[in-house]
Amino acid sequence: MSVFNIVIAGVGGQGVLLTSKIIAESALQHGFDVKQSEVHGMAQRGGSVVSFVRFGEKVYAPMVSEGEADLLIGFEPVETARYLHYLKDSGNVIYNTYRMSSITVSIGAEKYPENIDEIIKNHAKHVIPFAGTTLAVEAGDKRALNVVMMGAAMKYLPFEKNSVLEIIKKTVNKKVVDINVKAFELGFNSMK
Amino acid sequence: MKTILSGNEAIARGFIEAGGKLVSSYPGTPSTEVTETLSSEYKDKDIHVEWATNEKVALEVVIGGSLSGVRSMACMKHVGVNVAADPLLTAAYTGVNGGLVLFVADDPGMFSSQNEQDSRHYARFAKIPCVEPSDSQEAKDFLKLAFEISEQFDTPVLFRTTTRVSHCKSVVSLTEPIKVEAKEFVKDFAKYVMLPSNAQKRHVFVEERMQRLKEFAETTSLNVEIEGSDEIGFITNGISFQYVREAFPQASVLKLGLTWPLPEKKIRKFASKVKKLAVIEELDPVFEDTIKAMGIHVDIGKNVLPICGEFSKNLLYEKVTGNKVMLKEPVSGLTRRPPTLCPGCSHRGLFTTLSKLKYFVSGDIGCYTLGGLPPFSALHTCICMGASISAAHGIAKGLELQGIKQKPIAVIGDSTFLHSGITGLINMVYNNGDAIVVIMNNDTTGMTGGQEHPGTGRTATGKETVKLSIEKLCQTIGAKRIRNIDTYNLKELEKIFKEEMESEGPSVLISNQPCVLRYRVAKKPLKVNKEKCTACKMCLKVGCVALSLFEEGDTKFVQIDPLLCNGCTVCQQQCKFEAIEGGMV
Repeated sequence: MSVFNIVIAGVGGQGVLLTSKIIAESALQHGFDVKQSEVHGMAQRGGSVVSFVRFGEKVYAPMVSEGEADLLIGFEPVETARYLHYLKDSGNVIYNTYRMSSITVSIGAEKYPENIDEIIKNHAKHVIPFAGTTLAVEAGDKRALNVVMMGAAMKYLPFEKNSVLEIIKKTVNKKVVDINVKAFELGFNSMK
Repeated sequence: MKTILSGNEAIARGFIEAGGKLVSSYPGTPSTEVTETLSSEYKDKDIHVEWATNEKVALEVVIGGSLSGVRSMACMKHVGVNVAADPLLTAAYTGVNGGLVLFVADDPGMFSSQNEQDSRHYARFAKIPCVEPSDSQEAKDFLKLAFEISEQFDTPVLFRTTTRVSHCKSVVSLTEPIKVEAKEFVKDFAKYVMLPSNAQKRHVFVEERMQRLKEFAETTSLNVEIEGSDEIGFITNGISFQYVREAFPQASVLKLGLTWPLPEKKIRKFASKVKKLAVIEELDPVFEDTIKAMGIHVDIGKNVLPICGEFSKNLLYEKVTGNKVMLKEPVSGLTRRPPTLCPGCSHRGLFTTLSKLKYFVSGDIGCYTLGGLPPFSALHTCICMGASISAAHGIAKGLELQGIKQKPIAVIGDSTFLHSGITGLINMVYNNGDAIVVIMNNDTTGMTGGQEHPGTGRTATGKETVKLSIEKLCQTIGAKRIRNIDTYNLKELEKIFKEEMESEGPSVLISNQPCVLRYRVAKKPLKVNKEKCTACKMCLKVGCVALSLFEEGDTKFVQIDPLLCNGCTVCQQQCKFEAIEGGMV
């Protein structure tokens, strides 16, 4: 198998890195070589955050290059649009439609693009928008969005559902296992 | 057993497998997780892990650890080595007893740093070996080799990564820790006491050691040749190696893991086998200059590749071949999303006030550096750890010499103050300075993710310890005007600033509100009453992502995202129309 390339984009604090970790662990579990990249520190403070996961028989570079992504997982519409040029023509997009103001919007320096959903649709062939944040709140905590996104992304990932669930149970805080299992199921079922 | 580790987690694991015993570090992105992993996951192992007050202290502690006979490691970011440079350059003379590794993480692209220095220069400067991994497996395995080199050659070893090696995760095979006997703790005046008479002899030793290391570089397994096409050959290191393999899978590669000193014979032989020689290294042309000085022709290097920023597969392909990679354009017209203070952060009230009062602010390294960005734009210098106070003192004195009476404001966090702000404050008080020093004590090292320091009362492993009082420390220094401030009370804060502006001599203002991220402070979200909101935008001046301006037909109004708002009331205090409801004020 050639390398499968995933871009995960969102806002600092949304838990992009956890989703990325779950995908990487699942890839290892399924016998793939895997690399994952992320950025910590100042860049994380409410700013744009991106993480790359690549898996296959042998992976060298940890970063996905432009035009190479098989899957783009967007936690927020503008952040999804920011990485659309990373997709290959046949690549898929799933994204959470809940909009988050950026600081430039909050201070009135820029306007949030009203037609963002249309922009995304016009720039990629295979797009599935869905209300991920609503599902996370339904599961019991807005912070479970990352696991909702993981559940939804399963549509395009070659992983066994049960083995991913086991990894989630091992990864998240023990106190919130139930919320996260529910979040995963809600995300998973929303893509049926 | 196979597992996924980041480069930094792998270094922590490598330390345990190498039988390492003592670690002293100062947090700094992208180096922090090595020490964090050791202090959390491996704290039950028989090791000592600590956060030091700064990098100089950390390295000196580690020099002591090595002297005592155990394998020891100091961890820091690239700019930290500048702070630790004094002990480093002389530890190169004394050499080691137990193995000594200085782990440094560089930050090409400056994701979270104030400069883009190439720390390999320190290996050359200090005349010590430099080891560089290119993924997590190597990070773990090479660290073990670094300790062996340290003991074999009686030298500190610089172990260097970059952000992409430290923070990228990949598959690692773990092995059992080895048993390392501690070296005998001995007194050796000639080796460890660097009086001139001793240091003169040790300098000769250092030069001879470098010759032996050059011979070692020719045979070590750290340097690997991958045979391929003779059209082009790449000499490369670290993460660049991965890009070379992706962009030019057929090419010959000489991958350097020991990146100082360089293996001259090996390089000469490699260069003679290929038609074109490319030297691929991020940041400065350290290899390239050295290879050229050997009289070897380099066809491709910094003549086409940038010194600034990080590399990528596409960048290498384009620069080396001269062919453009055809790519889709990024979507244009998107809102930018720069980093910002968290909703509820105690720095927000401070910068809202400083921005309003238009004072000159001397900044420092931490989350509060974000006070320099819009809408505050309230930070007018920021150099390095601790510089806020000393620079403010210099500004005040310089202005005084010009007959201008204006007090600058220094803003510094608790961890940074204890790192090196304290010496600046002693200096200011001693030299009759006249500036206002604001110490934003949020009880953690915030920017790097919430590490302990002497003011938190807990050690790196979470044990209770003596809790340093910043206020008492300032009193002891001799600061006369020390006041506690509440940055969530804008009126009172403004009043205090105006009073201190009029007073004589240095003032120290201390805020003791906890970091909302680290301590998970969450108050009830506020709400905007649409009827009362006039869209005057005063509340937007607090620069909070929870707020945004909405339009519905002809009416404009501000909304607060209840999932983001932390209920700090700073925006509420800005509103003249009582349109923001809820909260305590």
